[in-house]
Parts: sequence; structure tokens; C-alpha cells
Amino acid sequence: MHKFILKRILMMIPVLLGISVIIYTIISLTPGNPGRLILGERASAEAVEAMNESLGYYDPLPVKYFNYMKNLLRGDLGTSWRSGVSVIESIGERFPTTLLLATMDIVLTAVMSIPLGVLVAVKKESLLDNIMTVVALVFTAMPSFWLGMLMMLVFALSLNLLPATGSESFAHFILPALTMSLLSVAQIMRMTRSSMLEVIRQDYIRTARAKGVSEQKIIWRHAVRNALLPVITTMGNNFGWTLGGSVITETVFGMSGIGTLLLTAVRSKDVPLVMGCVLFMSFTFSVVTLLVDISYGIIDPRIKAEYGGRKG
Amino acid sequence: MADERNQTQEDILLDIQDLHVKYNTSDAVCYAVNGLNIQVKRGEVFGLVGETGAGKTTTALSILRLLPQRIGEIPQGKILFEGQDVVQMSEDQMRELRGSHISMIFQDPMTSLNPVLTVGDQIAEAIETHHQSMSKEEVQAKVDHVLKLVGIPPARKYEYPHQFSGGMKQRVVIAMALVCEPRLLIADEPTTALDVTVQNQVLDMMSNLKEELNTSMILITHDLGIVCQMCDHVAIMYAGKVIEQGTVYDIFDQSKPHHPYTIGLFGSLPSLQSDSKRLKPVMGLMPDPTDLPPGCEFHPRCGSCTETCKLKAPGVFQDGETHMIRCHLFSK
Repeated sequence: MHKFILKRILMMIPVLLGISVIIYTIISLTPGNPGRLILGERASAEAVEAMNESLGYYDPLPVKYFNYMKNLLRGDLGTSWRSGVSVIESIGERFPTTLLLATMDIVLTAVMSIPLGVLVAVKKESLLDNIMTVVALVFTAMPSFWLGMLMMLVFALSLNLLPATGSESFAHFILPALTMSLLSVAQIMRMTRSSMLEVIRQDYIRTARAKGVSEQKIIWRHAVRNALLPVITTMGNNFGWTLGGSVITETVFGMSGIGTLLLTAVRSKDVPLVMGCVLFMSFTFSVVTLLVDISYGIIDPRIKAEYGGRKG
Repeated sequence: MADERNQTQEDILLDIQDLHVKYNTSDAVCYAVNGLNIQVKRGEVFGLVGETGAGKTTTALSILRLLPQRIGEIPQGKILFEGQDVVQMSEDQMRELRGSHISMIFQDPMTSLNPVLTVGDQIAEAIETHHQSMSKEEVQAKVDHVLKLVGIPPARKYEYPHQFSGGMKQRVVIAMALVCEPRLLIADEPTTALDVTVQNQVLDMMSNLKEELNTSMILITHDLGIVCQMCDHVAIMYAGKVIEQGTVYDIFDQSKPHHPYTIGLFGSLPSLQSDSKRLKPVMGLMPDPTDLPPGCEFHPRCGSCTETCKLKAPGVFQDGETHMIRCHLFSK
């Protein structure tokens, strides 16, 4: 198991390296003027030119990339061209918002969709099953910004229950998290359902029935654990994505998370900030994927054996 | 065992009377069992023989009421277990019966164990389900005991099914079925998925355990060798009916009268005595259970088919006290 984890951590290095090359190249190919960005509109052309020179803006791309990576390995992600704040600090400031939002999203999704998915699988082709299929379809088809605005209209403006925008208090997180989870509930519920239906047909479920085990225990003890593997993969991926900031939801609800940080960075061509954000997102995504893989081993002993660990 | 004359109702553990089972699928109704009558006595091994699709497994699943939900249906017939009709029982009563009084071993040991639970947990579950007052220590002691009975070191109870070989898995399945000392064990082709060498070990073990626990057994198989080795009584099934029934001696005695299908079955076995180059298979296929032929179900494949066979279902011909044949050739 330890060997497996170590291997996976080492594998993250080429992944992150590859991403850094691609992003740095693309962003360097787009036009821009960092000196102007840093010094502002009223600075003289000479000063801007001098600034660009000192930043190494006119160096060839490989040299620029090499210098950037050299600093990166020293733990220096540079400073934002626009705000002058260090990139690490900006990310550190924004990340808790995104982390809380993503965590609430995944918890809400799991709490809503897994029991529902199990229920509709057990009551296959019942009225409830059909209704939930339609509901799932409706939510999948909804664009997130539209649902977000709808939620704001209902819960913030009409009912006045929750704040509409911002990220100052816990209450601010409820609407965006609910919006995000409602959109993935449909997907996860359908997935749990089909996975459960697959598992219920298995011979070992019949064996459990032949032992006289109650239907409830068969579902929760025998079936759900086997059915959860694909569900966890998808939820883990979703979590990885939202940790990288959900640009649309964060924008709609005016939250200052990683998503909006990256968006403004890209708009102003703030190269150090864009690079920092993207590398950070890739890093968190890789970590989450690793955690998902480790959780497989906990759920399914066969996979643990494949990882090279000795029995459970 | 020899006291056949003293046979009373008490000796009969399971009495299936005129059982019909059908599967209502979306495009057709499948008549899997059509008027089955068998009696299983206490302590005996009853062999249920037939080709794939003869309705053997369906019969077994009916006894435990484990037919596929919504699709499987028992429209007619009685399954009396110790005098009580299983067909009429509530789901709660059934659950009490399953695993404690009637257990079942399924065909494929590879897939009949839950991959995410330890072997010990799965055996313990059978005990806990039926003896809720038992302490954890007692349950574990019982798990150890039953594992020893089937020849697995108790220390392996902490392992998962994927760490066991096929034969060992079947031993676990058998341990699970026997741990509550059921009065009836239904074994649905318990050795079909195993190597021949392992087959014999498992069968020997089952015989010994059956003696030790005084369990009756229904052995479902299509292997006549196993029948000869294990069974006291045999019923040969065709298209959901018993077409011939008797003691092993009745069935395996070539000098006695037999149903043409039984003769066909034996003819399709390789023999060491005769020097034939080819086996004689029973020509044709089992009839489509959604569209059974009129008259005798076997007539399209029967070498001795007459006009009557095509029109009228044959009655029962009783050859001695124990031997029964359902064929027009004898019931004149």
C-alpha cells in the first residue's frame, strides 16, 4: 500500500510538469504588457519598457519558462503583476472559500443522492422511480447559472432566508453549495441506481437471501458497499473539479474563491497568478484522485490486494 | 434406513405436490415446472436429474421461495416442509426458514460469496440471523467449528473470498449452509464448477457432514456418476415434470423398465464395457418452455413415439413400490 502511494505521488511530478509547460506556453503566446499592468495607465512609456525589461518579458520563451520553474522549485510562485501581492498569499486567501464550498457540495450530494439512488433501485419501475427519473433529467438539463439565479430569487429575494451574494459567513455558502449539489445529485443518483441494480442481480445477494438475511441488511450491508465503487470515482472527480473553483457558481454568487481569482487573472493576463492557480488546481486534483484510489482499497479488499498490500 | 415398511408421514421431510412454476417475462410466459411431485425423507439424499432447462433449479428456488421477484410465480401446488406449506408462508416466516431449516448451496462458488466481506463475517451472519441471543464469542466459536468441519483452518476466517481457491470457496459456501444445522440442504450442482479431483473431495465431505448432522439433501445434478455415488432416491426431470422416479437401484438397474429418456441419458454416457466409437446422444433439444408440445413433452425426441403420445399426456406407471414411470409405453 505504501509503495503504491509513493508511486502515485512520484507520478504527479511529470503530470504537473507537463501542465506547467502547456499553460506557460499558451499564456506566453497571447499578447500583453506586464509593465503597463504593474505600473498603471499613467506611467510613462519608458518606465513601462524598463519594467518589461527587468521582468525578462523580452527573453525567449524557454528562458522565461526555465526562470519561472527555477523560482517555483524554490517555493516562489512570484507576485501578481496586477495587485503586487504574492501568488501564494492570494491563493491561500481564496482557497478556504473554495474548499468549504466544494466540501459542502460533495457532502450535500452524497447525503441526497446515495440514499435516493438506493431507494429507487430497490423500488425499481415504481412511481417514485419514474418521478425521480424525470426530476433527475430536469436538473441535469439546467444550466448552473440559471439554477443559481433561480435559487437567489426564491431563497434570498422572495423568502429572504439566506444572503444572495458574498462569502462572509456560513449562511453565504448554503445557496451556492445547494445549487452545485442539485446539479450533480441527478448524475450520482442515476449512477447509484444502475450500479445497485447490477449488484442486486449478483449471486452473492441470492446467497445472502438464502441465509435468511433481512432485505434491509441485504441492501445496506451486501449491496451498497459493492455498488459504491463507481459512484465514489465520479464523486471524487467532481470534488477535484470543484476544488479547482467552480467559476460559474462563484461568479453568480459573487464568492471570492479560486475560480473567480483565476478568471480575473486570465482577463488581465496576469501570468504569475494564472500559472499559480492552474498549478495549484492540478495539484489538488491529483491529490483528490489519489485519495479516491486509496478509498477503493478500503472498500474493496480485492483492489487492495492489487495495490500490493498484504491482506486486510 | 432398512425399515422401509415402517414408513409413516413422520418420515417425510419435504412433500412437493403438483407444483407449477411459471415465469412471466415481458414477451412470453415460461412454464418452467408443470406438476411436479416428489417426496424427500428424513436423512436421505434425493437426486434431481435432468438436462439444462428441465426445471431443477426452479424447483429448488421454489422451495426457498427465492424465485426472481415479480417474474417468478407459483400458481398451483403445495410444498409441504414438515407438514407446513411453504407456498402460503409470509415473507417473515420464510426468512426464518431460510438458512436455519432449509439451506441452499449454489452452483458457482466463484460468485456466490460477497467479495467485500470476510469469509468469517459471512458465516457469522448466518448464525447471527437465526440466533440473535448468541454472544459474539459463541458465534465466533461456532464459525471456527464449522470451518474445521469443512477442512479450512479457522485462522483463515479473516480472509476475503478472493484469497480462496474455487474448491475452498465451495467449502466456505457449504460451511455457511450447514452452520445452523438445517434439516434440508439443497445442493444445486455443487461441484459442476470445480475440477474433478476437487469434486470428489467436496462430495465426500458433504456425505460425511450429512451423516454427522443428520440432514436430508436434495442434490441437483446432471452427472449420473454423482447420482450413483451419493443418492438414495432419484427423480429424472424433463420439461418441468418428473418422468421417472425411484431408488438408485430402480433407476440404475438396466433390467427394469425405463422411460425412453432415461434410456437415452444412460446411452449418452461413455461405457467401459462396450466398444462403441461414438456416444449415443438424445437427439434434439429440450422443448421451448414458452411453447410446450401437446401430449407427452418428450414425444418430438422419442424413438418409440406413437400417435397417442402426440395427443395425450401419459399417466403414471407404477413398477413395484418405489419405481414410477410416466410414459404411454407402460400405462396401457
